Amino acid sequence: MLLEVENVVKHFPITTGMLVKQTVGHVRAVDGVSFDLSPGETLGLVGETGCGKSTLARCVAGLHPVTSGRVRFDGDDITNLPRARMRAYRRDIQVIFQDPYGSLNPRRRVGSIIADPLVVHRVSRGAELRRTVQELMERVGLNPEHYNRFPAEFSGGQRQRIGVARALALRPRLIICDEPVSALDVSIQAQILNLLKDLQDDFGLTYLFIAHDLSVVRHISDRIAVMYLGKVVELAGADELHEHPRHPYTNALLSATAVADPDEAGRRRRIILTGDVPSPIDPPSGCHFHPRCPKARDRCSAEEPLLVPRDHLVACHFPVEAGEDLTASGRRPA
Amino acid sequence: MSLLEVTDLKVTFPTSDGLVQAVRGLSFTVDRGRTLAIVGESGSGKTVSTQAILGLSPRADISGTALFEGVNLLQLDREQLRRIRGAEISVVFQDPLTSLHPLYKVGWQIEELFRVHQPGTGRAEARKRAIELLGLVGIPRPDRRVDDYPHQFSGGMRQRAMIAMSLALNPKLIVADEPTTALDATVQAQILELIGRVQAEFDIALILITHDLGVVAGIADEVLVMYAGLVAERADRRTLYYRPHHPYTKGLLESIPGSTGARGGRLRPIPGSPPSLIDIPSGCAFHPRCPYAMPVCAAERPPLATVTGGGGHASACWLPHEAVGLGPEADALRLRAKEA
Repeated sequence: MLLEVENVVKHFPITTGMLVKQTVGHVRAVDGVSFDLSPGETLGLVGETGCGKSTLARCVAGLHPVTSGRVRFDGDDITNLPRARMRAYRRDIQVIFQDPYGSLNPRRRVGSIIADPLVVHRVSRGAELRRTVQELMERVGLNPEHYNRFPAEFSGGQRQRIGVARALALRPRLIICDEPVSALDVSIQAQILNLLKDLQDDFGLTYLFIAHDLSVVRHISDRIAVMYLGKVVELAGADELHEHPRHPYTNALLSATAVADPDEAGRRRRIILTGDVPSPIDPPSGCHFHPRCPKARDRCSAEEPLLVPRDHLVACHFPVEAGEDLTASGRRPA
Repeated sequence: MSLLEVTDLKVTFPTSDGLVQAVRGLSFTVDRGRTLAIVGESGSGKTVSTQAILGLSPRADISGTALFEGVNLLQLDREQLRRIRGAEISVVFQDPLTSLHPLYKVGWQIEELFRVHQPGTGRAEARKRAIELLGLVGIPRPDRRVDDYPHQFSGGMRQRAMIAMSLALNPKLIVADEPTTALDATVQAQILELIGRVQAEFDIALILITHDLGVVAGIADEVLVMYAGLVAERADRRTLYYRPHHPYTKGLLESIPGSTGARGGRLRPIPGSPPSLIDIPSGCAFHPRCPYAMPVCAAERPPLATVTGGGGHASACWLPHEAVGLGPEADALRLRAKEA
C-alpha cells in the first residue's frame, strides 16, 4: 500500500474567553476515517459542504496535525511528524488546490512559481532549472515561452495547469487533488481531467481526488469513498457505487446529481432529503445520518453502524437492497 | 404577444483596455408559464443580458428593445423600472447571502416588498403574508423563523427565502441567475423541485440562467446556448441534448463526464479557451476553437438560421443544416462539409 489512513480523527477546539481561553466544544471535522490507496490508483472522496473531505486531505498531506489515528506512507508512519522530518515526504506527496486564482502569488512570474519546489528541495538550479520548468510547462499544455508572465495573464484553465505543473515538479508519487476542477467552466474542466489522466498513465501517479461532483469523481476514480459528517459511510468501486449504492445517503446523493440527459432526468426519481446537514459540533447520536434517513429505525439513533463489508464497505444497519424504492418508503416528518 | 420579447440587444462596457462587447445582438422571447434556459460559460453574456434588461447594469451602453407586455423596458426611467422590477419581474441571484441584508430579519425584508410596492398593506397583514410565503417555500416553523436573521438560515434556507421574496408580489416573470450554483447537490435538487412547483402553480414565466447543462436537462422548455455575446443555438430541450447542430453545443455536451455525448473513455474537451470580449474573433467567434472550421467561418458571421428538424431549432453555424446529432454519422457529415 502506498497510503494507509487508519482511524484518523481531526477535532478543532472551539474556544471562548479573551484572556483565559476555555475550550467549550469541538468541531468534529473528521471523526474516525480509514482507507488505503495502492500505487497507481485513484480514490475519489465525495461529500457535501462540511463533510470533512478537505480537512481529511489536509491531514493526509501533513498540513493539519491529526487529533488521533495513523497516516502511513509507503509503510512509514508520517503521523504528526515534525516539520524537518516531514520535508522528506513532501517530495512524494503534493497537493493541487481548487482555486487557481487564490493559490498562485499574483506578483511572481509563472516560471518561478513552478520552480519553487525544485529550489526549496535543491533539486536543480541555473540553466538546468529553467529547462526543467519549461519542460514541465510543455508537459501540462502551457506555452514554455510564457515563462516570464504573471498569473493574471492566464485564464482559469491555464492557471490550473500551472498548479498541476508545480505539483508535478518533484515527481511525486501521491497527488492530493482538492476540488481541482470545481471552479472551471465545463469545457475547460474536461481538458484538465484528461490532463490528470494522461499524467497518471505517464508517471504512475496515485491520486486522492476530492470533489463534490459525483459524475466528475466517477469519471476519474477507481474507487469512491462517500463522506457524511466526518465519516466514510460507503466505499466501493466507482461503477459498483453508482450501480449498487447501499447507503441511503449515497442513494440520495446519486439521485440528486444533475444529469445532462433529459430522458434520464425525466425517469429519475429523486430522493428529496428533508432538513439540513446537522452541525459537526454536536452530531446526532448513533448513525449521523439517521434524522434525515428515509429508512431510519430505533436502532439507528442508538447504535453507530461500523463500516463493514456487505458486498462492499458500507456503514448502515439497514443497507438499501437492489430494486428498493426509497422514494416510496414514506418520508418521516423532520 | 409574448410576455417578454427581446430584439437585437447589444451591451457594451467602456474600459481602459478597450470596449468590452458583452452582448452583441441577442434576440429571444419568453411566454407565460414557460421556462427558457440561457446556458453559457463565463463571459458568454448570459448574465449581463438579463441585468441590462432589468436596469441592473448602470455603466453599460445598451441598445435594442426589450418589450415586456408591449412596454420597452430599455426606455423606462429608473422609477418606472423599479416599479416593474420586484412586482412584475423578480430576480433570484446566485448567492443568497449577499442578496439578503445581514442586519435585518428575514421576515422584515419580505414585508418590505409589500411596504414599498403596495403601500396600503398594514403591518400585521404584511407579516402574515411573509409567514405564508416562508411556509410555501418549505421553511419549517415559518411563524418562528420569520424573526431570524439571514445568518441563522442555512444556504438552502436562504435560497428558499429568496424564492419566497421573488414570489411575494405575484410576478409574471422570474429571472433566476444560477440559483443553485452555490448549493450542494441534495439541496440543489430541493430548490429545483421548489422552483418547478411554484412556477407551475402560479403560471409564471421563468428565465433560468446557468452554466450547468445538468440543471437544464430537468426543467427547461427551450434552451439558448450563448457564446461570446450571441446565441449559438436555440432548441427545445430534447433536441438540444440529442440533436445539437452547433459544434460549440456538441463540444459542451461531450465535455460533461457521463453525459450523452461522453459515455465512457476519454472526454472530448473543446480546445483552447473562450475569447476576450475586447478582441472577438472575426466571423463566427467560435471558429478558432472549432474542429470543423471552414474559410467562410473566419470571414462572415453566420446568422441564426433554422436547421433540419424545425420546431424552432436554429443554429448560428455555416455547416449544412442537416448536420445535427452527436453520433459518427453526424460527425462524418460535418467533416465532409469541412473538406468540400
